[in-house]
Amino acid sequence: MRSAVIVFPGSNCDRDMAEALRLVSGRAPEMVWHRESELPAGLDLIAIPGGFSYGDYLRSGAMAAQSPVMRAVGEAAARGVPVLGVCNGFQVLTEARLLPGALMRNSGIRFVGRDVAVTVENSQSAFTARYEAGEEIVIPVAHHDGNFQADAETLDRLEGEGRVAFRYVGDVNGSARGIAGILNPAGNVLGMMPHPERAVEAAHGLADGRRLFEGLLETVGQPA
Amino acid sequence: MKVRVYVTLKKGVLDPQGKAIHHALEGLGFAGVNDVRAGKLIELDVDVGTSDGDVEEMCRKLLANTVIENYRIERAETAA
Repeated sequence: MRSAVIVFPGSNCDRDMAEALRLVSGRAPEMVWHRESELPAGLDLIAIPGGFSYGDYLRSGAMAAQSPVMRAVGEAAARGVPVLGVCNGFQVLTEARLLPGALMRNSGIRFVGRDVAVTVENSQSAFTARYEAGEEIVIPVAHHDGNFQADAETLDRLEGEGRVAFRYVGDVNGSARGIAGILNPAGNVLGMMPHPERAVEAAHGLADGRRLFEGLLETVGQPA
Repeated sequence: MKVRVYVTLKKGVLDPQGKAIHHALEGLGFAGVNDVRAGKLIELDVDVGTSDGDVEEMCRKLLANTVIENYRIERAETAA
C-alpha cells in the first residue's frame, strides 16, 4: 500500500501515523510537507494526522485547509483516493469542506485525553471493512475541539446515507448525536476524532485501531 | 484603510466559552448577566480600492466558518 502522511507546522501525530502505516502495510509512507503542491503519484491512501497545525490559529484546521497541499488532496479525493483525517486531520477536512459540519470547542471546555468506547456504525467503507457493524471498540481520544456540529438537515443526511462511521458510547465532548467520525458521500474520505494510530500494537495497550489500517490494506492496498 | 470583521457564533450554536465566561462572572458576584457569547474581532488594514465584495470573500473563504459562524464587516469610516 502506497501511502502519504501530510505534515503541517504543528502536526504532532505524523510519526505515529507513519509508524502505524509502516507496521501494518510493511511500507513506510511518504511524508509530504504542506507547501508541496503535488502529491506523489499512485497513492493508495492519504493520511492527515493529528496535532495543532498552525497553532490552531483562527480555528482548528482553518489555516492548514488553505495550504497548497490541500488543493492536491482535494483533487485526489475527487478521483477516489482514500483520505483519512484523524483529530486535527478531521478538523482540516471540515475546514477544507471535504466533509460537512464543524468541530467546535468541547462542550465541557476541557481538553479530553482518554480511551473511549465507540461503536462502528458503518462497516461497509474501506476504512471500516475489518470491523463488524455495531461492534464496540476502544480507541484513545486527545482533543480540545472535537465537538462535532452541523445543522439538523445535514445530520439527518449523514445518518440516512450511512455516513456516520463511528459514534461515541456516552457523551465525550458534546458532539451532535454522539458523532465521532463521518464519511463523504463517495465513502473515500473519513474524518474521525479518535486516534486509531495510537491503538495498533501490544505496547499501546489497545489494538482496536489496527483493523482500520488492515481493512485499508485489504481493500485499497496493492502488493508492496 | 481599516476594516473590522466581527465573527460571532450563529444563534442556537452552543458556545462553551461564552458559558464558561458567564459562569466565571457569576462566580465573581456579578448578578444580572443573562447570557454571554464570545466571538472574534479581526482588524484588517487594506488598500483603499478594496471592495466590500473582496472583504466578503475573505470572510467566506477564511475569516469565518459559515457552518457555525456569522460575520459582520465594519469600515473604519463608519466605526465609532
